[in-house]
Amino acid sequence: MRLSYPSNVKIVKVPCTGRVDILLILHAFEKGVDGVYLAGCMEGECHFLRGNLRAKQRVQYVKGLLEEVGLGGDRVEMFNMSASQGQRFAQVAQEMTERVRLLGPSPVRGGLKDDSRQSQGI
Amino acid sequence: MIVGNRKEFKEIVGMLGSNRRVLLLGCNECVTVCGVGGEKEVGVLASELRIHWKTAGETFEVREHTLERQCDYEYIDQVRSFVGDYDVVLSMACGAGVQYVAEAYKTKLVMPAVNTTFLGVTLEQGVWSERCQGCGACILDMTGGVCPIARCAKSLMNGPCGGSSAGKCEVDREVDCGWQLIIDRLTELGQLDRYEDILPVKDWRSSREAGPRKRIREDLRL
Repeated sequence: MRLSYPSNVKIVKVPCTGRVDILLILHAFEKGVDGVYLAGCMEGECHFLRGNLRAKQRVQYVKGLLEEVGLGGDRVEMFNMSASQGQRFAQVAQEMTERVRLLGPSPVRGGLKDDSRQSQGI
Repeated sequence: MIVGNRKEFKEIVGMLGSNRRVLLLGCNECVTVCGVGGEKEVGVLASELRIHWKTAGETFEVREHTLERQCDYEYIDQVRSFVGDYDVVLSMACGAGVQYVAEAYKTKLVMPAVNTTFLGVTLEQGVWSERCQGCGACILDMTGGVCPIARCAKSLMNGPCGGSSAGKCEVDREVDCGWQLIIDRLTELGQLDRYEDILPVKDWRSSREAGPRKRIREDLRL
């Protein structure tokens, strides 16, 4: 298909979106990313039965946490697509990039170059 | 187990004030099981605090540490070597844990990140429900194993009241009427005749009414 999607989107591969823990998402924001989205399988088609549904609930939970800390819940989202939907993958990447661009850069300072967690030995 | 709710982030930040060196202390017991103050929740709150302070451009230090229990001195003592490096201990244990940490480190600010709510059970993963109020004089043998103190909104010794409707409580239609549960259970046990027994006025001195309680077992003392 040779579809293109915005180069700012960095992909982290996981065996299932059910693997994505809320701490993984929070740590990404701690490091200064502007947005995170999960690309899971279609609902009802999870190879592990409920992985994408669990991910959906976790994303909702993280939205609340991001609102609490002032980053805004719109910086994180859950999308569903099947492995054959390359078109949708590119479209979602575009859509999320535009959304995050409108929200502006993450206000978390120090970002990726300053991993305070490491410097504090945590 | 003891069940709690985490305080709102805004309240926690307000509580911390200008203190920026925080020892965030979790507990591996009840609050871990009810998903409010274990290692995982310590990680989440620490992450929230880091994001918050990084956003504000402030310098800070959050150390995550989870004790086996915060209600036993031996475990609390494990942080003695580094507790002095922090402005404040933010405890994610129940109220008992928070107080015992404060008692152990008398010159250290100790703050609660959790609102302790009730003694309860796990109904299903992620859902907990109150079962006991620790009144100090259990009458479950007389009420079919259902506690009227904890499960009746009015803690009636002889119920139900007129607010019971279709098995639900007038306080909240989602809440089961405790006395309806007792009647149902006694029926299942074939002991409905016990419902005719009038339970005497409860002596609340074994509860909180006689002040803070203490239990001593001499044979276990060292």
